[in-house]
Amino acid sequence: MTIDFAHFTPLSSFGGGVLIGLAAILLIHFCGRIAGISGIVAGMLAKKTRTEGWRIAFLAGLIGSPLLFSLFFPLPDITVQTSWPMIIVAGLLVGIGSRLGSGCTSGHGVCGLSRFSKRSLAATLTFMAVGVVTATLTGFWLG
Amino acid sequence: MLIISAFLCGLIFGVGLLVGGMANPEKVLHFLDLSQAWDPSLAFVMMGAIAVGIVGFALVKGRKRAICGVPILLPENNAVDRPLLVGAILFGLGWGLAGICPGPSLVLLGAGVGKGLLFTLSMLVGMVFVNRFRKTSA
Repeated sequence: MTIDFAHFTPLSSFGGGVLIGLAAILLIHFCGRIAGISGIVAGMLAKKTRTEGWRIAFLAGLIGSPLLFSLFFPLPDITVQTSWPMIIVAGLLVGIGSRLGSGCTSGHGVCGLSRFSKRSLAATLTFMAVGVVTATLTGFWLG
Repeated sequence: MLIISAFLCGLIFGVGLLVGGMANPEKVLHFLDLSQAWDPSLAFVMMGAIAVGIVGFALVKGRKRAICGVPILLPENNAVDRPLLVGAILFGLGWGLAGICPGPSLVLLGAGVGKGLLFTLSMLVGMVFVNRFRKTSA
């Protein structure tokens, strides 16, 4: 296997990770909540939790982040090669999977692993492995 | 104070995704797809986030209330059960197909990317489906 050095960005990726980690620990210290995006989004679907101010504010910040970013820097490249129908399939799977599995890349992958949760480790290893197999098979398929 | 902190957290989280490359589905797929030249960058995103997270979550241990006065809610369930694993498998399938997970889908939505909007809507439908199913089976 060869490394794609042309696109490898260890420094900015590590820096972006530090910001994500910082956001997660600020949220738990200030607002007492785990920064699990799928859980925060799913809370908007239930009447009881829909009106929680912190939830709406966090999501507004997340959705508004590209706008703020673009005021100071050019937005990084965003390329979605996946076809429109496949986007629907992928979105459905991510929605169903994150609810059944009680978390996603942020809740299990970042917060859970940082808390040494066995449950989150199992979930993260599983979705990472399945993600790699799926993307690799798709890659071979599409050549 | 609670609202402003939560808003800033969302903002920092989103900027982190943009800076780290997670908000570019093509880059995510170049990490997951081993059939071509491999871009290991996203491992560095995870390392950066977890390095900060380990310190920050260690400091929260034993505390009952957050700085804004609300209770600190940490998951207590530690069981590796079937719904967790089935969910993680389905999640991995979707993530591997598009290179988009929930956080980046909202950033794509905010950036005005059409496929980000469609992905987010589909994801919401999937979440509603699970909620309905759980309600009828409970």
